[in-house]
Amino acid sequence: MPLTILLPSRRHALVCLLFALASALHANEWRHELSLEHSQFAQPGVDGQRSGHTSAAWQGEWWLPLDDANSLTVTPFVRADAQDSRRSHVDLREASWLHIGDGFELRSGIRQVFWGVTEGTHLVDIINQTDLVERLDGEAKLGQPMINLAFERDSQQWDFFVLPGFRERTFTGEDGRLRTPLVVSKDARYESSQGQQHVDFAARWQFNGEQLRLGLSGFHGTSREPELRAELDLSRLRYQGLQPVGLQAGYTPELTPYYRQITQWGLDAQYTAGDWLWKLEAISQHGGENCHQAFDAGFEYTQVGALEGPEDFGWLIEYLHDSRDQRATTPFEHDWLLGWRLSLNDPASTQLLASVIVDAEHNEQLLSLEGQRRLSDSLLLELELRAFFSPKAPQEPWAFLSQPDSQHKLRSLADDDYLRLTLRYFL
Amino acid sequence: MTLIDSQGQQASRQLRVQNLEYPEGEKSLMVFDTPRDVRGSALLSYTHPVGDDEQWLFLPAIKRVKQIGARNKSGPFMASEFAFEDIVTPFWQKFTYAGISQNELNGLACHVLERSPNDKNSGYSKQRLWIDHEHLLVRQIEYFDRRGELLKVYTADGFTQHNQQHWRPASMHMRNVQNGRQTKLEWRDYRFAQGLSDRDFSQNALLRAR
Repeated sequence: MPLTILLPSRRHALVCLLFALASALHANEWRHELSLEHSQFAQPGVDGQRSGHTSAAWQGEWWLPLDDANSLTVTPFVRADAQDSRRSHVDLREASWLHIGDGFELRSGIRQVFWGVTEGTHLVDIINQTDLVERLDGEAKLGQPMINLAFERDSQQWDFFVLPGFRERTFTGEDGRLRTPLVVSKDARYESSQGQQHVDFAARWQFNGEQLRLGLSGFHGTSREPELRAELDLSRLRYQGLQPVGLQAGYTPELTPYYRQITQWGLDAQYTAGDWLWKLEAISQHGGENCHQAFDAGFEYTQVGALEGPEDFGWLIEYLHDSRDQRATTPFEHDWLLGWRLSLNDPASTQLLASVIVDAEHNEQLLSLEGQRRLSDSLLLELELRAFFSPKAPQEPWAFLSQPDSQHKLRSLADDDYLRLTLRYFL
Repeated sequence: MTLIDSQGQQASRQLRVQNLEYPEGEKSLMVFDTPRDVRGSALLSYTHPVGDDEQWLFLPAIKRVKQIGARNKSGPFMASEFAFEDIVTPFWQKFTYAGISQNELNGLACHVLERSPNDKNSGYSKQRLWIDHEHLLVRQIEYFDRRGELLKVYTADGFTQHNQQHWRPASMHMRNVQNGRQTKLEWRDYRFAQGLSDRDFSQNALLRAR
C-alpha cells in the first residue's frame, strides 16, 4: 500500500485534504439550459442562403464551493446550427476561481464582465469579445481569460484587469444570414506583432451613490472590434483595359478582420430619479493616428401601473453619436432610438420591448421587437423580430468592394428581416 | 411563495432572503431559485426610514446589474399580491398615524391601529393593523386603495420566537378582495446572528450572488 510509507502526520494531512475535496465535491452543483431556436427570414439571402434556420444549444453551469472564501465555476456552451457551420461553435463562457479575501476579491480564469447602462449600444463594455453569430445586438459574449482584482469600500468599487489571450469576434459563414455580401475570413491580422498573445490591461472605478451610479474605465490593448479589409487577388479580377470591372467567375474574396491596438477611455452613468432613469455612455478611443469619440445618451421613463393594473409601461429615448460619422464602423453614427417596454407583471412574466433606431439623415431604420413569456416552471419562450429598412438594396460582392456605401450601412441586411423563436428548457 | 389566481390555479416560486439591519435602515439580498428561468437572479435593496429606497437587480445571463427606479414600490413583487412596499421594513417614520382602538381577531385581543403612508407613490390611502396585546405582533393588515376601498387583507400565522427575542411568522397570506387572487408566503429555516456584514450586501456581493 503506498499510503503506508507516508509518515503519520503527512498521511493525516493527505486524508484531511482528500476528505475536504470529497466533501467539497459533494456540494457541487450543475445547472443546465437547453434551447431550440428557429429563425425564419422573409426571403432567401442574396447568395441564395436559406430562409429557415434551425439550431440547438446547451449551456451548463458547474459550481463548486471549496470553502467560505473560494469557489470554482465552469460554464461550457455549445451550439449546433443546421445551416451555418460557422454558427455551430463551442465556447467556455466561464471557467474561473473566485477568492474572497480580506477587503478584496480575486477572480481568475475565463470570465464574463459587463459594463454599461444604455439600451441602444454597449460602447463602454470592452472586456469580452462579442459572440456575434449568437446575437446581432452584441449581448452574447465569448469567455475572456483574465486576472481581476476587485476592491470595494463604502460606495466605491475599483477593478483591475490583466487580460492575457485575445478572442476573435465570431462571424457568420457562407450559408449564414445577417452578414456582409462577402464572408469574413477566419484568418485575422493584428497590428501587434504578438497577435493573439498580446496582454491587455483594463481598470474601472465605479461610484454607487443613492441616485447616481458613475463608472470611469480605461482599456489598453487589442481592439475588440476589427476593421474588415478586402484583400484582393488582382490576377483574379476582370479588366477592361487597365480598369478592374469585376470578379472572375469562381472567385469570391473574403474580408480580413484587422485588430488594432487601442486605448479607450469610457464613462458610464445612470441617474435614478423616481420613475426616470437618465443614462449616458461615452468613449474616447485612440489607435495610431486614429482617434474618435462616441456616446449614447437618453432616458427611460416607467409608468408604474399604467392601466390601473399591475402592468408597467416604459418609454425609452436615446441619441447615438459617433464622431467618425460616415466612416464609423457602426450603423448608428447619428441615430435616435425610440423604445417602448411593456411588463405585464403576470405569473408568466410576460415582457415586450419594441424599439426603432432611426437614421433620419439617410432614411434607414432598424425595427426590433423582443418578447418573452414563461410557459412553465422550467420552460421559457422568447421572440425576436428584426426588420431592416434601407432605401438601397443589398450590393453584389463586386459593387460592395468597388463602391462602398458608407451612408447606407444597413443595406447589406435589407433582405434579412427575420422572426426568431427560442424555446429554453432549464434543469 | 405560492400564487393562486381567482380560479384557484397555483404557481410557485422559491427564494432565499438575507437581511441586515444597520443604522440608516435595512439591507436585503434576495436570490431566486425558481422559476428556473430566473434562477440566480438577485435583488439587492437598501430601505431607509426617510427618503427613497434603493434597489439593484442582477441578471446572471448577461452579468448585468441594473439599478431600478425607486418608485415602483406599488408594483407587484414577482407577480404576487404583495407589492414591493409590503415586503420591505415598515419603518415608523414612513407613516402618519390615526387613532388606536381595541378589538378581537379570532378571539385574540388586539390593538387596532390606522396609518397612512407618507409617500405619495404608495398604492394605499390607508392601512389598518391588528396588533395582539400579548406580544405586540402584527396579525392582520387591511390595505385600502387610493380611492379608499378595501383592496387586500394580510394575515400572519405560526409565530415562533427565535433566539429568545425575534418573533417571526411561518406563513403570510395576502388576499386581494377586489380581484380574488391570493399569495401565500411560507418561510422556513430562519437563522439569526449569522455574522453577516455590509460586505454581504455590497455591489460585489450582488455580482457573486447565487
